[in-house]
Amino acid sequence: MKEKTQVQDINREFYDFRYKEDDADRFEAGITPEIIREISEEKGDPQWMREFRLKALEIYHRTPMAANWGPSIEGLDVDKIVTYIRSKTRMEQDWEKVPEDVKNTFERLGIPQAERESLAGVGAQYDSELVYHNLRQEVAQSGVVYTDLESAMHDERYADMIREHFMKLVPPTDHKFAALHGAVWSGGSFVYVPKGVKLEIPLQSYFRLNAKGAGQFEHTLIIVEEDAYLHFIEGCSAPKYYEASLHAGCVELYVGKNSTLRYSTIENWSKNMYNLNTKRAIVEEGGKIEWVSGSFGSHVSYLYPMSILNGRGARSEFTGITFAGEGQNLDTGAKIVHNAPDTSSYMNTKSICKSGGISTFRSSILVKESAVGSKSSVSCESLMLDSLSRSDTIPAMDVRTKQADIGHEAKIGRISDEAVFYLTSRGLSEEEAKALIVGGFADNVSKELPMEYAMEMNNLIKLEMMGTIG
Amino acid sequence: MSEFLKIIDLTARAEEKELLHQVSLEIQEGETHVLLGPNGAGKSTLGYTIMGSPEYEVTGGKIYFQGDDITEEGADKRAKRGIFLSFQNPIEIPGITVSNFLRTALEQLTGERIKLFDFKKRLKNVMDTLQMDQSYADRDLNVGFSGGEKKKAEILQLLMLNPRLAILDETDSGLDVDAVKTVSKGIEEFQKKQGGSLLIITHNAKILEALKVDKTHVLVDGRIVAEGGPELVEDVGQNGFEKYLDKESY
Repeated sequence: MKEKTQVQDINREFYDFRYKEDDADRFEAGITPEIIREISEEKGDPQWMREFRLKALEIYHRTPMAANWGPSIEGLDVDKIVTYIRSKTRMEQDWEKVPEDVKNTFERLGIPQAERESLAGVGAQYDSELVYHNLRQEVAQSGVVYTDLESAMHDERYADMIREHFMKLVPPTDHKFAALHGAVWSGGSFVYVPKGVKLEIPLQSYFRLNAKGAGQFEHTLIIVEEDAYLHFIEGCSAPKYYEASLHAGCVELYVGKNSTLRYSTIENWSKNMYNLNTKRAIVEEGGKIEWVSGSFGSHVSYLYPMSILNGRGARSEFTGITFAGEGQNLDTGAKIVHNAPDTSSYMNTKSICKSGGISTFRSSILVKESAVGSKSSVSCESLMLDSLSRSDTIPAMDVRTKQADIGHEAKIGRISDEAVFYLTSRGLSEEEAKALIVGGFADNVSKELPMEYAMEMNNLIKLEMMGTIG
Repeated sequence: MSEFLKIIDLTARAEEKELLHQVSLEIQEGETHVLLGPNGAGKSTLGYTIMGSPEYEVTGGKIYFQGDDITEEGADKRAKRGIFLSFQNPIEIPGITVSNFLRTALEQLTGERIKLFDFKKRLKNVMDTLQMDQSYADRDLNVGFSGGEKKKAEILQLLMLNPRLAILDETDSGLDVDAVKTVSKGIEEFQKKQGGSLLIITHNAKILEALKVDKTHVLVDGRIVAEGGPELVEDVGQNGFEKYLDKESY
């Protein structure tokens, strides 16, 4: 009998399933201008995008690998990753028309249920194309645009807007993987919220990778005009593969004057994934960006959502959790640039590591000379479940004005034996007790999530905590 | 009467220090016993050891519950047998509400799904008995509770989980007079209505006023040094532990 213990290997069978690849359009490994042209051809890119991709490829080739910090990505062979796998399926508005195996994958991940229950629209990415996209009537009526980026690019109402904003916040020169993204990006969401529209129901998208050796390079572009509100939820889960897999997505968020954008993500990558994602928001006067971020899975993660507080009184709130198990090295955190007076940022993160997992929290706060009267508060807490695991905190602060209030707090702890005893004395098994305590530790994030996502996250934590399912 | 709780020559230690020396104690079903003793005598250690705390290592002796040897069993198994410990310092558990926790624990203990409607009704009744505001049901377990609220929450768990044997570790300490009365009412309900057995660790005779006490044990320096009826509570209340301490010194 397999014994269940809280430090056993994680059984990810539930998430690590996949269906056979059925892709006619699989390209050769390795990235050349020819491949990029083929991608453009396939997608029918407008001329500017064709040029943009080729230029990004050039930048990619001349940019060296990242500097010597953070976890090793030596196991990643980018040239071997097939950059563009398009499922035979085209975009569908009607769930009934989505092919059975694609549907099964989503069924197992609970997408249609979630959609049925309370979510406004689903943009679910299967491999590199959106296969299912639906937006409730009421959302569309409010003037909110929620579509895939490719379609929007060809819609003359949005074409200029996209050209004006696409990879302006995260330029291809940012780092090597941003350049790669610029060259090969495919799929993703475009959201536009007009002035004064406050969308009550959250919009959600669900990404997953399902082709061997395939990278995922989805691009999310969200533009929220003045006096508006949007909650966008991005959920990720990927099946397991034996070759190295890469995720180099890009998220660009534009938050207008006095608007609020809440951007929630639960990422659950397979344990061989290199997750090198870039997320950035720019916030105008009186606006607010709220990040809620749960990082699970992946072999290596580099993830530091950045907020540029660009107008007076702009605010950023970052709530995050990272769970690093066996064989995982997760380097996560957040960056804030205070670029205007009276801006404020608040960061509250938790990290959990077990069975030799490494979790590093990295924060970077830059307060410019102009940002007088700004405030920043960073708090991070780590929970180590055994002595094999490792947790580090690396805060960086660059404060260029004396008139700013900056605070940092870090705590590292272990699970309390007495708390475990307390719960077991009420009839809970030791592993249930530990899962409950870890779930409570992750409360900062689950309290910020809509109910069904909070439940999914709690289930993920339980799954990570228990040796086996059930 | 069949055997209920039987402790024979129990010796236990934490790290290198021996804290209990050959303690023997027997409680019959439905009885209420009081455990007295000066600070540091090992009263809590005995309570924790009966519950199965991994903090203490049993190096000698046996604990039997309803005829079964439970000396090596984990706390969750003992809980399922019907043993309950009310903590002196209840632990704050963020992330689960009192109500959800009680339901989870009940389902663990009984192995059955609990009907939400019946559960809520019962919870409301018990909270009324303990004069607890209903809002506590939806608050995270013990998180931000005052000392008195935590103790009430322990008695709430006692009444909801309905064990066979409850060990109350200084449930009355740190409570004001009114709170002691309320808590005592809850214990009385457990004793009389639910027919539960009790081992009450206390410094305070007040909490015992409304309860029928069957037997009293005095623990000094990890040893049972005196046993008697309810009159022993009064005696210790008046004269303290001095004579037992003297006895120890030679």
